[in-house]
Amino acid sequence: MNRFYVVLAVLAVVLAIAVLALLRTGGGAPAAAAGPPPTVVDDGFRGYTLGQEGAPVEITEYLDFECPVCATFATVQMPTIKEQLINTGRVRWRFRDDPLAIHQYSRFAAHAAQCAGAQGKYFEMADQLFTHHQWAQTGRDPSSLFRGFAQAVGVDPNAYDACMQSGRYAQRIEFSRQEADKLQVNGTPTFFINGKELEFRRLPGSDDFKAIVDSVIAHSPPKPASPASARRSPARH
Amino acid sequence: MRARQAIAVLALVGLFIALYLWLHALGYGGAIKCGASGGCETVQTSRWAVFLGLPVAFYGVVGYFALLVVAVVALRPAALGDRAWNLVLCALASIGFLFTIYLTYVELFLIHGICRWCVGSAVVITLIWITSLLSLRSPALRTDREALPPPPDPRA
Repeated sequence: MNRFYVVLAVLAVVLAIAVLALLRTGGGAPAAAAGPPPTVVDDGFRGYTLGQEGAPVEITEYLDFECPVCATFATVQMPTIKEQLINTGRVRWRFRDDPLAIHQYSRFAAHAAQCAGAQGKYFEMADQLFTHHQWAQTGRDPSSLFRGFAQAVGVDPNAYDACMQSGRYAQRIEFSRQEADKLQVNGTPTFFINGKELEFRRLPGSDDFKAIVDSVIAHSPPKPASPASARRSPARH
Repeated sequence: MRARQAIAVLALVGLFIALYLWLHALGYGGAIKCGASGGCETVQTSRWAVFLGLPVAFYGVVGYFALLVVAVVALRPAALGDRAWNLVLCALASIGFLFTIYLTYVELFLIHGICRWCVGSAVVITLIWITSLLSLRSPALRTDREALPPPPDPRA
């Protein structure tokens, strides 16, 4: 009988070591994707966009995926903005990264979105990151969760892993962040309409954007319609 | 006795499988080790991975721990002859087995993904359940007074 308890105790120790080893080798946020790169090179990328290329108004949003206000804006206001302004061809919306230093995983989340974007799933991944925003409150390593998000939207996990491990888009994200710095963006989300910063005392709603866009279009000289842009349906780039 | 020892060993293995999945669900250890299929991520991040507000793996930890404790307690010399422990073990194993059938159904028909760790746990609880059933049929150890040799006569 005593021999059995010894065997049981030894087995418990072996299994505990095995579990610890699995947890330790499980990875965690790859440093290449989670931190700033040592150098920054402009790859010419200026953000994913929603809407027609020839839209009369372009709004650029500087966002941080870990920022709760950005998540609220993306999940509450953006669907109406898409319906009223983007899908109607009046606005082209540009998404630029501005991962704030106070957020532990915002750069990592931006990188996850870029890696999904490499497979044509940026917006689907951004939806996942904002809709399931609980990850931003836990403080725990979200790497496996993000991988699950990527798989859920149809991203090839092996290509995603390779992209995240190599930090392929770290420079692109840092370039965008530095661009935001130069524009004196001091919080997220920050919006620019046709290059001019919009200032709000509170989180703007879809009605605010509709009013601003109406005003800008009303005061803009009429543009000759290009046949190519007139034929193009609302697109994701 | 052999059945209870086997259940204790199997419950210990199941406990550590469930513990690993639970710790992963809590955010420890990064990506789960699951081979190239990625089925574990699919299962672990699905909406069925949480049951009554807690990660499913947590119920596994509790269940296997209960089986382990009961099996070890039932291995005490004083408890060896008591067949009620076999019933308790069988009841616990049956609950775990039924829960595993439900989870396997969810994996196969709702999530369409297979998690190797979940399969491992399913195999373990199935073996525990079969062992506990067989233990109900095995004869009890004879530790009753009639089976013991008569005490020496103090007058002799």
